Amino acid sequence: MTERRRDRGAPHGAGDSPDLFAATPPRARKPSADPGEAPDTALTVSTLAGYLAAIVEGSTAPLWVRGEVTGFKAHRNGHWYFALRDAHAQLRCVVWARDTQRVPAPPDEGMQITAFGRFSVYAARTDVRFAITRLDAAGDGLWRKAFERARANLEKDGLLDPAGKRPLPSYPRVIAVVTSPDGAALHDIVSVATRRDPKIRIVVIPAAVQGESAPAQIVAALRRLSRWGGADVAIVARGGGSREELWAFNDERVARAVAASDVPTISAIGHEVDVSLCDLVADVRAATPSAAAEAAVPVRADIEAGLSRTARRLRSALTYRAERARSDLTRNARELSLRARRVVELRRAWLTAVGSTIDALSPMKTLQRGYAVARSDDGSTLSSVGEFIAGREFTLTVRDGDVRARSVERKDDAS
Amino acid sequence: MSFEDDLARLDAIARALENDRLPLDDALKLFEEGVARLRSATQSLAAAEGRVQQLVEQADGTLTVKDRPK
Repeated sequence: MTERRRDRGAPHGAGDSPDLFAATPPRARKPSADPGEAPDTALTVSTLAGYLAAIVEGSTAPLWVRGEVTGFKAHRNGHWYFALRDAHAQLRCVVWARDTQRVPAPPDEGMQITAFGRFSVYAARTDVRFAITRLDAAGDGLWRKAFERARANLEKDGLLDPAGKRPLPSYPRVIAVVTSPDGAALHDIVSVATRRDPKIRIVVIPAAVQGESAPAQIVAALRRLSRWGGADVAIVARGGGSREELWAFNDERVARAVAASDVPTISAIGHEVDVSLCDLVADVRAATPSAAAEAAVPVRADIEAGLSRTARRLRSALTYRAERARSDLTRNARELSLRARRVVELRRAWLTAVGSTIDALSPMKTLQRGYAVARSDDGSTLSSVGEFIAGREFTLTVRDGDVRARSVERKDDAS
Repeated sequence: MSFEDDLARLDAIARALENDRLPLDDALKLFEEGVARLRSATQSLAAAEGRVQQLVEQADGTLTVKDRPK
């Protein structure tokens, strides 16, 4: 643009004095011309550029424009430069660095976008641009683009891995809530949590949940949560809102801070339909802040009932065990006596058997069969010929009594 | 001993007591331990105090917990 730089040599200080070097006589002029009406009231370039800026910037309200993105450049100072065009015209545009924060992602070349902004004049060059403060591609393209890009980064680092999800503690005592201290989300969480357990302790870690400072504040709150270390479970929450209002929870830095939380963390952002990056990296996603409180806080009455149930279980198990011991004892005693009786019976049967054997061996049995026993008077059995003395009396015992007898003659088997 | 430990141990004790082959002496010992654990769990459950507080970072970076006006 340097070629457009002109000599600033408008006749300075001409005033009313005659222009000695004028080729033609000066035109008649009013004694006090308005600025810029005559060479001697000529404006400075700066002043004129300032007029232009005032006219352009003051006369058009901010408005929406749509067109195709061309020549996109992200300058290293943070500003974005590009043009919007249609078939017949091009409009040079700028997104100042501070405004790029509110745009989810830079637009792609050739992308159809709608942009909200106003004309702005860069006085140093009299350069007119459309300064954009909000923009989006057709069909939420930029939001989706930013979301998918951050999601891919998180996925690459394994932060979306279901295996990395931690279970919530069954009996938490302290619940940390990262949210706006004045928001509806906190109100819902406190009322649901205390209804379920009137003795639960809730520690709020305040953070703005919308606006430009929200991501940094949420990240700082999550760091404080870990540094403090007093919570058993954490809830990151925000009530319902527009996509822009919920956007902090799609910020990759916020998602990473949630993933890095030292305690199991529940994400509850917006309503059921809103799924944020925080929801994806959190250990548990709750549809609403109330649902998060339900997931985090067990019902105290249930725990108490569980303890009573355990007490009953112990008691009945021991009672049963004792009963069984008693019945075991009874059965053992019965078994013992049963066995003892069997032993006695065995003995008896044995005795009978032995008795009958003895019986069978008894000489009486032999006598029954017609044999006789000879006995001397001294009672000794006379069982061989030599024991009989001739003429001597002896007793002969037969089946039914004794007979006195005398030996008459001895006769050896051998003789 | 945390509340969670107590509950887990109580469950294990109840299970062991329900096992028929447990010798009576062991059953009695376990029952006594169970009663002690029940008492400790009940006490720690009752010890909690419901509060809503706020974590505050001091200028020197220390973190303190303060009660919220409710």
